[in-house]
Amino acid sequence: MKKFWSFVQKEFFHIFRDYRTMIILFGIPVFQILIFGFVITNEIKNVGIAVLDHSKDHLSNDLRIKIFSSGYFHFEGFLENESQIEESFKTGKVKSVLIFGPAFSKTFNEHNYLPLQIIADASDPNTANLVVNYTQGIVGDYIREQIDPYEMPMQIETRVRMLYNEQLKGVYMFVPGAMTMILMLISAMMTSLSIAREKESGTMDMLVISPLRPWEIVFGKVAPYVLLSFINAVVIILMGVFVFGLPVHGSLVLLTAETLLFITMSLSLGILISTIAPNQIVAMLISMFGLMLPTMLLSGFIFPLENMPLVLQGISYILPPRYFVDIIKNILLKGAGIEFVWKETLVILAMMIVYISISIKKFAGSVNKVQP
Amino acid sequence: MKRYFLHIAARLRVIAFIVDKEFRQIFRNRFMLPFIFVMPLFQLLILVHAATFDMKQIRLVVIDHDLSPFSRRLTNKFQESDFYTVMQPGFSIVEAETYLKENRADAVLNIPAHFERELVRQGKNTLQLNINAINGTAAGLINYYSTSVIRSFNQEIIIETIGGEIEEKLVDFSVPFSKWYNPQDDYKIYMFPGILVILVTVIGMFLTALNIVREKESGTIEQINVTPIKKYQFLAGKMIPFWIIGMFEIGFGLTLGRLLFSLPIEGSLALLFLCGAIYLLVVLGFGLFLSSVSGTQQQTMFLTWFFMLVFILMSGLFTPIDSMPEWAKTINTINPFVYFIRILRMILMKGSGFMDVFDDLLSLGIYAIIILSLATLSYSKKTS
Repeated sequence: MKKFWSFVQKEFFHIFRDYRTMIILFGIPVFQILIFGFVITNEIKNVGIAVLDHSKDHLSNDLRIKIFSSGYFHFEGFLENESQIEESFKTGKVKSVLIFGPAFSKTFNEHNYLPLQIIADASDPNTANLVVNYTQGIVGDYIREQIDPYEMPMQIETRVRMLYNEQLKGVYMFVPGAMTMILMLISAMMTSLSIAREKESGTMDMLVISPLRPWEIVFGKVAPYVLLSFINAVVIILMGVFVFGLPVHGSLVLLTAETLLFITMSLSLGILISTIAPNQIVAMLISMFGLMLPTMLLSGFIFPLENMPLVLQGISYILPPRYFVDIIKNILLKGAGIEFVWKETLVILAMMIVYISISIKKFAGSVNKVQP
Repeated sequence: MKRYFLHIAARLRVIAFIVDKEFRQIFRNRFMLPFIFVMPLFQLLILVHAATFDMKQIRLVVIDHDLSPFSRRLTNKFQESDFYTVMQPGFSIVEAETYLKENRADAVLNIPAHFERELVRQGKNTLQLNINAINGTAAGLINYYSTSVIRSFNQEIIIETIGGEIEEKLVDFSVPFSKWYNPQDDYKIYMFPGILVILVTVIGMFLTALNIVREKESGTIEQINVTPIKKYQFLAGKMIPFWIIGMFEIGFGLTLGRLLFSLPIEGSLALLFLCGAIYLLVVLGFGLFLSSVSGTQQQTMFLTWFFMLVFILMSGLFTPIDSMPEWAKTINTINPFVYFIRILRMILMKGSGFMDVFDDLLSLGIYAIIILSLATLSYSKKTS
């Protein structure tokens, strides 16, 4: 056991003396949460809109002012004619054009509709949809203000309640997602690199001929990163709570246990990668490409998983992130206990066991090869 | 004059030798080829499908306490829509809430008892719609879709009950719209350029950055430093192979996109590759710069990773840049992704010409000059 501890100590020294890496390791989570909280928003704000007004009467002016005072849109000026629409789209500043038809108020008063049309630049379909939806909402409100409510019979009113996230804050989605991504990437990448590094510099052979057993080497490599990643997880949750007002409805003990489990799983994945990779570049490429984009896109924290093609949903089931995102969301936001997340927990546990056993087996194989 | 040309030729020959050495080193590693070409393209093909904000299937629980013709028709209206999967587990609101909690449903619509009677008698009534709003965007869309279904149902029953003459009095709330360049809301052709840029950048930046640090770590850089090779020759020789690989990947990626996703190419390909060429200079210069400020491969990787992550998330690939706060837009000035993703989307989808992309292209050009000089300066300091 003493051998094992001195090995763990060596690993700690290795990591903590490289202060540049340390700064990055602890800086990444902070930065990322700040970016997610403040920058990444699916709301629209200040989207450039140009106006083509064929009538310029009081109603069209009134409605235009109403639309632009919402804060969603930024007025990019008036267009003179239809042919300017394409030009303005091509420069990329204007994302949509509102066309107010001729005789605006007259048409509304006599025919009960607004001759208004939205031309959206759907090369960004998401923004285009939001612009259309928001404009329709504003126009609908405006019409409702204009007409006499008494004349409308049998009105169904829909009262909407946004559960778990009343202000529709993006942070609620992003904190669990960012946490998963950071833990996964840092843990897997760090371990895979550190083992590949020993291989590359040849010190691995020394470890192999040392009296340490294969599992001791593997666990010793992992131990410091468990601590590092756990500190990161705590920092992320604290920032979520104190900077962005993320609620913690569930049990902290459960949250801690699940986080540790996920970290250990990611670390085992890192070890598995390193047993395959001959040097640091390859280890890095696997963990970057194999993990970064898939974690970003297939964990369901930017794009909802339910809407993806079935093949991708299938792939997401064999990747660990989606389970952890679910667990974190359930515990933090819905206050769910273990009875709601035990399935996901078991999956992560199973993945961890598979990764660990494969890598110990592979590692033991390489040990035997070295020994005559 | 002739001597002058010979002189230049000799210098170029040195660069060519380094390029040759680099290519050999890259391709001799059997792991490198699949990683540089196969894996990114594989990812490109798979991940473009992932990016969609469309709500294709809203799982709606309807709790119908009324069980009147109206309430059944409303439920049917949701059922008929392709967007909804309707579940009716019973009458318990508590049970419906567990559906939300266990993520088996996205929204719960509660139709109160005597809904139809009250609606006819009082002239109005209220429905309750509870939406799981952890994903704010999805919740917004669910709200929007559901209220439109309810509104159109409302119009229908008004006309039916009161008769045709009311139809003229009803105000039409709809605002017609048309979507240009991508009327089908095809997210694939929207995401494709973005993901292609990410992959090309990741590969270019990492490989250049790691390449030099590797020579530092293994000590071979000292051997090069004592040769008569000039610094610029060394750096150029290091960059050219990755520049060629990058250009090749852009072309290969676009071909695949064209064949598999019918990616539109509205604008000029020559302009696109010109922008790509300058963009790659920025990327590789960035890689060189990162490698000169770090000592080991591990540090380089983490530095590169850090910048990459921040840049990707802020690039406007996933969320519109317009909506970002001012300070984020300021940071984005040094985010190369922003320029190239924008240029690529504009040229491919809208057929923008040289003048339309001129501002971005100019920024990239200036960026390339700055970052390459920085890289050269910081490199020479280290070795002098």
